[in-house]
Order: sequence, then C-alpha cells, then structure tokens
Amino acid sequence: MPQNMQLSDAKAAEIKAVSIGKTFGAFHALKDLSLDIGRGEFLTLLGPSGSGKTTFLMILAGFTAPTTGRLVMDGKDITDVPAEDRSYGMVFQGYALFPHLTVEQNIAFPLKVRGRSSSEIKRKVGEMVERVGLVGHEKKLPAKLSGGQQQRVALARALVFEPSVLLLDEPFSALDKNLREMMQQEVKRLHEETGTTFVFVTHDQSEALALSSRVAIFNHGELLQVGKPKDVYERPENRFVAEFLGEINLLPLDALHLDGDRAAGQFEERTIVLNKTMPMTGSNAVAAIRPEHMVISASPQSSDRNAITCRVEGATYFGASTKYHLKTRKGTSLAVSMPTAATSPIAPQTDVWVSWPVNQGFLLPSGG
Amino acid sequence: MIGKSATSRKILLLAPLLLFLGLAYVVPFLGVVRWSFTMPEVGLGQYRALFTDPLVQSVFIRTLRICLVVTAAALVAAYAIGYVWVRGSSVQRMLAEFCILVPFWISVLTRAFGWLAMLSNRGLINTWLQSAGIISEPLALARNELGVIIGMTHFLIPFAVFPIASAMRSIDERVLLAARGMGASRTRIFWTVFVPLTSGGLIGAALIVFVFALGFFVTPAILGGGRSVMVAELVYLRIFQSPDWGLGAAISVVLVLFIGILLALMRRFIKPAHLVG
Ligand SMILES: Nc1ncnc2c1ncn2[C@@H]1O[C@H](COP(=O)(O)OP(=O)(O)OP(=O)(O)O)[C@@H](O)[C@H]1O
Ligand SMILES: [Mg+2]
Repeated sequence: MPQNMQLSDAKAAEIKAVSIGKTFGAFHALKDLSLDIGRGEFLTLLGPSGSGKTTFLMILAGFTAPTTGRLVMDGKDITDVPAEDRSYGMVFQGYALFPHLTVEQNIAFPLKVRGRSSSEIKRKVGEMVERVGLVGHEKKLPAKLSGGQQQRVALARALVFEPSVLLLDEPFSALDKNLREMMQQEVKRLHEETGTTFVFVTHDQSEALALSSRVAIFNHGELLQVGKPKDVYERPENRFVAEFLGEINLLPLDALHLDGDRAAGQFEERTIVLNKTMPMTGSNAVAAIRPEHMVISASPQSSDRNAITCRVEGATYFGASTKYHLKTRKGTSLAVSMPTAATSPIAPQTDVWVSWPVNQGFLLPSGG
Repeated sequence: MIGKSATSRKILLLAPLLLFLGLAYVVPFLGVVRWSFTMPEVGLGQYRALFTDPLVQSVFIRTLRICLVVTAAALVAAYAIGYVWVRGSSVQRMLAEFCILVPFWISVLTRAFGWLAMLSNRGLINTWLQSAGIISEPLALARNELGVIIGMTHFLIPFAVFPIASAMRSIDERVLLAARGMGASRTRIFWTVFVPLTSGGLIGAALIVFVFALGFFVTPAILGGGRSVMVAELVYLRIFQSPDWGLGAAISVVLVLFIGILLALMRRFIKPAHLVG
C-alpha cells in the first residue's frame, strides 16, 4: 500500500464515557458504564444479544441520549451535541445505504452535505471507490450489489469525509464465512491506513479477538472487562468473560492454598497448581483451562504439568483440529482440542491422562 | 399436479365473482360499445365527432384540467397527513387517523352538499367574511370550477394517503439515521432522502386520485352548478337529456380505455396491497 494513500488530515479522536446509564422505562439497558476509548485505537464491543452494545454505540453516535453520565471527546463535553454535529462515520447493521442513489452518489452524500466543491467530491469519491475495490460499480444502485459490495459502499461512505471516529454495528453479521474473513482483513487495513478511532460491535468472539487492539465485554448492560485480546482471552476476570470468549474447562478446587502468585488446590484427590491472576479469598475456587492448552497422553508426563485421569467419551473432527470429549473419574466433563496432524486417533472408552502446563490455567472465583 | 389442481380450485373460488363482474359490467359495456358504433347509424361517426365537436372538446379539456389540479392538491395534503400519521406522536397519529377514516363514513352526496353549505354565496364562509367586514361582495367559491376542485380534493385525499403512508412506513429508519449521522440537516434529509424514497407511493397515489377524479359525477354536478360539466356528467346529459346515445356511448368507451391504460400503468408502480395501507 503506497504511503500517499494515507488520509493524512484525518484526526483521530479520543472519547471518554463516564458513568453512562440508559433506561427504557423501568428497564436498565446500560448500567453505570465507564470506558476510555483511545486515540486511533480499534476497540471492539463484544457481548451476547441484548447486552446493550447497540445502545452504547447509539449513545456514542449521538442518536440516543444517555439517561445518566457524560461523554467527553478530546477534553470537551459532547453529551448534548446532536449526531449531525458530531459527524462520526457510522456503518449500520444492514448497511443502511440510500436505495435510490448509485454507489457513487451514496459515497458523495456526506461530502455534498459539507458543501465540498464538485471537483473535490469527484476526486475523493474516485479515491474511495478504488480504495474499497468497487471500480466498475460506480453507477449501480445498491440493490444490484452483492452483500460484500454493499458492505464496501457503507465503509466508503462512512470514511470518505475523514471522520475522527468510525462506529461499526455488526457490519459483517450478514456475510458468509469467507467473505466475512476477507472484509475483516479489509477493515483492519482501512484502520491502519486511516489511523481513525474505530469502535466495532460484534457478538462473534473470534472476530473480536482477530481485529481489535482492545475488547470490551458487555453483559446485561454492564461492562465486565476491557483489555487486549490476549489478556481477556487468557486472563479473564470472571466466569462470564472466560466462557464467552471460547470454550473452557472448569474444574472446582477445594483446600485452596495461596502462595505469592501461585495457587494450589485439590481436584479429585490430585493437586492442581495454577497462576493467581486476581485477588482471591476463601478455600474454594475454579481452575479454568482452555481445551487447546491441554494434551492427552498415556502417562502423567513431567512434574511441571498438572495431570488428571480421564476416560475418552468421543471425538469431533474439525479438520485442522480434533476435539476429544472426556469425563473425569467423578464425572466432570472436559474437552481437549489437539492438532489432528500431531496425534493418532484415540478410541472411546480409553483411560488416559490429561495434562497442561501450570502456567496455562487460571483461577476464577467459584461463585461466578 | 398438485399445483395445477390448487390453481383450478382457486379459479373455482373466484368463479362467482367473475360471473357477477361479467354479467354486471362486461356484458352491459359490450352493449355500450355496440351503441357507439351503431347509433344513430353504423360507422365511426361518433368517434369523429369526439374530435371535432367543440362542446365535447371543451369538456375533455376541463376534465383533464380539474383532474390534474385535484391530483396535485390531494397529493400535497395527503403527504402532510400521511407524514403525521406515520411519524407523528401518538396524539398526532390518532388525529390523522380520524381525518382519514371519518370521511369514509359520510356519503359523497352528503359531503358535496356540506361543501355547498360552506362555499355558496350565502354559505358559512361568505357570511362570516362579510359580517366580519373583510369582504363586501361574496366570493365565488361554489357553482364553478373552484368549488368542484375543493369538493373533489377533499373526497380523494384519503385514497391518496394510503399508498403514501405505506411507502413512508417501509422506509428503513436506519437510512434516515445514517443521513443524520453524516451531518445532513432535517430539510436536506426530507428532500433528498425521504421524498425520493416515497416516490413509488406518490406515483401510485397520483394515478389512483387521477383515475377516480376522471369518473366523478356527483360532486361536479352539485358544486359545479351546471357551469363546469365534467366528462361523466356529459355522458349523462347525452344519454338522458339530449338524447344522443351514440355520442354518450363513444365518450364512455374512450373514458374506459383511458382509465384502463392508467390502471395498467399503476400496476407497474405499486402492489395492490399497498393501496389499502
Ligand atoms: N428503544 C428501546 N426501547 C426499549 N427497549 C430497548 C430499546 N432499545 C433497546 N432496548 C433494549 O435494550 C437492550 C439492549 O439492546 P441493544 O440493542 O443495545 O442490544 P445489543 O447488545 O446491540 O444486542 P444485539 O447483539 O442483539 O444487537 C435490549 O434488551 C433491548 O430490548
Ligand atoms: Mg445490536
């Protein structure tokens, strides 16, 4: 990508949400939510359906007023600034293209609103059409485009006026897997090229981990954790985050013994050693280990690994990996995911050892 | 096989209606067509008269003029009412609904006389304006083209509201939000996004109103006071007063053909379901 493609005068903004609350009647859609969105970052809002992601995005955009709390952009309070004066770029779920305007006219719309000269509009639209790969489709109406192409028009239209913030609400949810991955790469590239602050909503955890500089996890209108993808995936602060970001094995521990940054506890008469990543009290906790961090073997393996005995119940083939379903002696279910190429198939009803390095598991409070 | 028997069953269900329409409209109309070619003698004489008779010509032109003005006026009013009905607050919606539905319960005759009571020289408006000293001579509001236009527009507005409101309702709210988010003012959004997106409904409403207006009889007869005869009234006069059945029949045939063309056009622009909202 040549350097002169940089949208150089695009100034990325920084937004602070301070104690944002939103109620619809008696229903609390957002509860005391504080979040700092850094200049030029790619922040993803991740959460299950109904967790308040769209509501928060609409408040950021200025389409919805928060019931409580303030929004501060670059040091200025913008809580009461209407959407048309915030002028953030926005890509809506379902694209929201103007159905009566051609691709070119759609992209030109925000520039026309700003009263730019027709020569500038022509140049900018041309650049944008090229940048998102729509050359040859300029004169088509949105209804004549494929889902991926419509998505590109929406992106082009949202970026052409060089907004300081781009908001995207589940932009890829209607696309098939291949197209989705392609568009993800494209959005990532556009983020790098423009340097604009991106706030991206999704309920797909792998999309969130793949794209973002930080992920904010929502549930029931609350912000549960914000952090880099690696941190939220490997060091979740609670059970919801741990489970929402991917499958995870949970082993209840008792006789918990804390020692510096290590913790040890008993699971089915075996001692399990883990990293202590958060303050912990009491003698009970849950050990959480991702399926891909565990291996199946015939013996307990080395002493710097935790190991438990299990019986194989079945396996699911996923191509690159195979997932084994196991049960411990006392009946706790486990899943272990291993590269298909590296292992030979293990028959059901075989008794095996499941082990993992002590630094790969983490402790969660047993309550939830 | 299944599909075939299902369609034939549907045709069976429609049969009584088709039979009724055939007996009540098609057969008599074929009779009218025959008159137009046979009365008073066989030939195209009556059709030639349509293009040469200055009275028929002036009625045709007046009818077109009234229909165009009525269509334009009804569209503007219906757009405003439809807008309030679809996008207004709940109180506004109820008011709009009231304005749209109540006229349906009052017969066309009653409404025409109602307007006469309002508009005539000694009607409510003129009496009020005169007693208030705003005018000294009564305004010519009825028994002329203006009266006909007012009465017809009022009658036809509700029919225009349905297709327009239906088009407004099907606009994706997010498209309007998107325009706002890009910095567009309300006026700009209305003219460059909202109105173009309702153009299908507008065209449909225009055709419905225009077609209905072409066949108006009662309203022009009462509010026009015989001074602004429209084509339907002309047919009546030719058949029952002149009597000149052949010319009346020829006018009817031309009118039905013209309306048929307009209806075919309408089918291209709107789905029948949209006409009722
Ligand atoms: N205008 C509204 N009136 C009443 N309730 C609303 C309104 N908008 C949103 N809600 C409620 O607020 C909650 C959060 O909605 P929101 O659309 O923010 O969820 P979301 O996280 O975007 O979900 P999804 O992934 O399904 O899009 C939902 O329970 C929803 O029903
Ligand atoms: Mg949503």
